[in-house]
Amino acid sequence: MVFFSYLFSGISLGSIYAIIALGYTMVYGIAKMLNFAHGDVIMVGGYICYCSMTYLGLPAIVSILLSMVVCTVLGVVIEGLAYKPLRQAGSLAVLITAIGVSYFLQNAAQLIWGVTPKIFTPVVSFPMPEGLAAMGLSSVAVVTMVTCVVIMIVLTTFVNHTKLGKAMRACSEDKGAAQLMGINVNRTISLTFAIGSALAAIAGVLLCSYTPTLIPTTGSMPGIKAFTAAVFGGIGSIPGAFIGGLLLGIIEALAKAYVSTNLANAIVFAVLIVVLLVRPTGLLGKYVPEKV
Amino acid sequence: MAAVLKVDDIHVYYGSIHAVKGVSFEVNEGEIVTLIGANGAGKSTVLNTVSGLLHPRTGSVTFLGQDLKGIPAYKVVEKGLAQVPEGRRVFLQMTVEENLEMGAYTQAKSTIAPSLEDVYQRFPRLLERKNQIAGTLSGGEQQMLAMGRALMSKPKLLMLDEPSMGLAPILVEQIFSIIKELHAAGTTILLVEQNAQAALSVADRAYVLETGKISLSGTGAELLASDQVRKAYLGG
Repeated sequence: MVFFSYLFSGISLGSIYAIIALGYTMVYGIAKMLNFAHGDVIMVGGYICYCSMTYLGLPAIVSILLSMVVCTVLGVVIEGLAYKPLRQAGSLAVLITAIGVSYFLQNAAQLIWGVTPKIFTPVVSFPMPEGLAAMGLSSVAVVTMVTCVVIMIVLTTFVNHTKLGKAMRACSEDKGAAQLMGINVNRTISLTFAIGSALAAIAGVLLCSYTPTLIPTTGSMPGIKAFTAAVFGGIGSIPGAFIGGLLLGIIEALAKAYVSTNLANAIVFAVLIVVLLVRPTGLLGKYVPEKV
Repeated sequence: MAAVLKVDDIHVYYGSIHAVKGVSFEVNEGEIVTLIGANGAGKSTVLNTVSGLLHPRTGSVTFLGQDLKGIPAYKVVEKGLAQVPEGRRVFLQMTVEENLEMGAYTQAKSTIAPSLEDVYQRFPRLLERKNQIAGTLSGGEQQMLAMGRALMSKPKLLMLDEPSMGLAPILVEQIFSIIKELHAAGTTILLVEQNAQAALSVADRAYVLETGKISLSGTGAELLASDQVRKAYLGG
């Protein structure tokens, strides 16, 4: 019984990681860059939702949509201002810029919202059936898991079966050849950032519903964990991010429960190292032999 | 005969390296024109400049009477110019059919099915493998896929960059016979090749590119017979 409650807690935490990791992995897949500011977009999403509910008194669903819109715009603006001018630059320059954007967002949030934690009211709350509640399954956890699965299915369908999605895959493989097909690569990259950031907003709202204290650095640790999850599953792979996120959440929850709360993060990262030693491309990462 | 493509005195740089130094040529409707030259002569640079992947510092590229100055590569495709890039560059993780669909990215949805049928008719091998991941195709099949993909955009000018590169002699022959068929069907072709013998024997006209400049031009037959070309590119 108690095991199940840990497991559910792991799955719902993992679902949040998975949603964040999907954003990481899509941006990496198409733009070939690690957007370390992704975690901070999550934090902004949380704050927007909080403000909209607390100060504007808007209903949860409207607040979530508002937060998605703001984060989408934020993501596209970040890409256009900070990353796009570096399209021809080395990957280190882009990486450092991403870290800079991350600090910028954290400090801007501190300036706007201060350092005092905001207490987030969960966006969903409905009574769970007795039996499930006894196993530690909360309504937030259920909504989180369902959201994650829906997002995963929608994204996979989009990428595999729509014209824009296929164009994204083409850009991810070879930007030059994609241009020769008539694909506007810059617009495709912006679209990827838009999708990733909208997902970050959803993840932010869910994360804050799960751990209700909201501070300007709320996004950084989950961001790093989700990045780990994306690498774990095979960065660039959508199902990989999903599985990586879930596994990471479960490992973390079980480690916290059975080993030590303090060591939980260390265990999570140790597992990552072992997986990468055995499978350097991650669980579902593809190794593509080059053919000349 | 109307000029489909007119390249006028283009100079192209990679940073401070002056790769193409004043190249001019034209391709008329229905012709096969070939640019031959050694490795590093600037052949691919010229093609990439025409298709908009690179931009000339000076000089102009005119396609169907329109100056392409400042037009990005993805918009050049819409105007009817397709390039089969050097090294094929098919999308290795996508299926054969998805690759072909990408070729028709700029086309109306309703035209895709008939275009696919045309391409499959010309390359029956691609039909057999339509659901296979392109990375699992052989080099020759990938070349056919790259050509089929370019044809999906119904180009008014098809540019082929080293289609014979890395292929066994029998496949080279096959690719060149496909080029001849396309030509017979009225496709205008600009062919860049290191395999001068094969290129000159299919070309209506040819230009020899040497360290960024055109050193010689004439009909395919003239250049095949020229001592200078024979010594430099046809192994005596």
